[in-house]
Amino acid sequence: MSGILNSSIGRKFAMALSALFLMIFLLQHFAINLLSVFSADTFNEVSHFMGTFWAVQYVMQPVLIFGVIFHFVMGFVLELKNNKARQVSYAKNNGAANSSWMSRNMIWSGLAILAFIVLHFIDFWIPEINTKYIVGDMSGLHNGEFRYFHELVEKFHSPLRVGAYVIAFIFLALHLLHGFNSAFQSVGANNKYTKGMKTFSKVYAIGIPLGFIFIALFHHLTGH
Amino acid sequence: MNLTLKIWRQKNASDKGKMVDYKVNDISPDMSFLEMLDVLNEQLVNNDESPVAFDHDCREGICGMCSLYINGEAHGPDRGITTCQLHMRMFKDGDTITIEPFRATAFPVVKDLIVDRSSFDRIQHAGGFISVNTSGNTIDANAIPVNKHDADKAFEAATCIGCGACVASCKNSSAMLFVGAKVSQFALLPQGQVEATDRVLNMVKQMDEEGFGNCTNTGACEVECPKGISLENIARMNREYLAASIKG
Repeated sequence: MSGILNSSIGRKFAMALSALFLMIFLLQHFAINLLSVFSADTFNEVSHFMGTFWAVQYVMQPVLIFGVIFHFVMGFVLELKNNKARQVSYAKNNGAANSSWMSRNMIWSGLAILAFIVLHFIDFWIPEINTKYIVGDMSGLHNGEFRYFHELVEKFHSPLRVGAYVIAFIFLALHLLHGFNSAFQSVGANNKYTKGMKTFSKVYAIGIPLGFIFIALFHHLTGH
Repeated sequence: MNLTLKIWRQKNASDKGKMVDYKVNDISPDMSFLEMLDVLNEQLVNNDESPVAFDHDCREGICGMCSLYINGEAHGPDRGITTCQLHMRMFKDGDTITIEPFRATAFPVVKDLIVDRSSFDRIQHAGGFISVNTSGNTIDANAIPVNKHDADKAFEAATCIGCGACVASCKNSSAMLFVGAKVSQFALLPQGQVEATDRVLNMVKQMDEEGFGNCTNTGACEVECPKGISLENIARMNREYLAASIKG
């Protein structure tokens, strides 16, 4: 078992496990965000719970941050190693003849998502950490009311930010269109269920980012 | 057919190499691609020029020697074939055809279009075999019952001819389809179980040491494979490797 991460298959496996973990997180994030469309009060209550419950804050949040960092760092490590495996490029290469654009450009869609995460952290995560752990205000209140829904709506006033979010989610969809099913192949799951999984992966890869785009546009267009 | 050929010329392994343009005329659409190169070479020899070095052996589509990257694809634009089975009818009169060697750090160029694929041999030596007692009491392989489904899958994996098109087509120069096939053909059979753990660990270790890249499941290898080796074999190798790593 020792040194498994030093092997090509071990690294693939670790990459796939972190991807599967992040996809489960994404589903949970989407479900909570979707509440903001239906009920500001429910969204506030769930957000307050997630923002203050110790298991979420001190166990799940660090695991998530580790998962995100691990996935990106391993992605870059693999990209650099793979580039070394072909030091002289082809004068003419017809990649489109045998593979999808998404599968050949995971590093670029991944970099676009990384850029989005930086913006997302600046928008939400850093102010949240600042309010709770630097200022020390764990109440979740602003002027006597829960602040979460108002903060969300306020962020989606700017058409530039909404545009950036929409573009980022398109890249997320492209990333997932290859990544979702690829993760299953990497952990060795290629069997009679693969055809069904491929269909499910397309539904997830398009449905979830489209849902996030809907939420951003909903708040931008309705203003609440 | 009159064609323009852009061919990679490289004197030896240490030469930098470059693309050189050639013209060939009166090429029959019924010629194989290698026969077209024979015509070019005859032309070059008659002009006291060095012929283009390229690998070939059986010219029947079964040996896997002809390692050419044609117009951006391993073995050219046709499917399920090696270069010797690619025919000139796949091209049009006046076409420009780019011909390069298979590119991978683990497949260094020997000369022109010939690459050294002995890294595949070393992977095979690391574990691509079974040990059989041949001291006089050898058990007939057919005496051991084998599930038909598994036997078919093992046979499909064993049809890999080790041509290297998978490596050449992969954007990461990964050899996992080749190694996956070689691991699978034994892993699926009872005769392969005795050395199963060491086999997959040693073959993957050798694959990594040779400098092949990591598979990112683009599936290009499966599409370009002349024998249609399935990605299932890579998934099976991954399972075998993870189980073997835990077992130690």
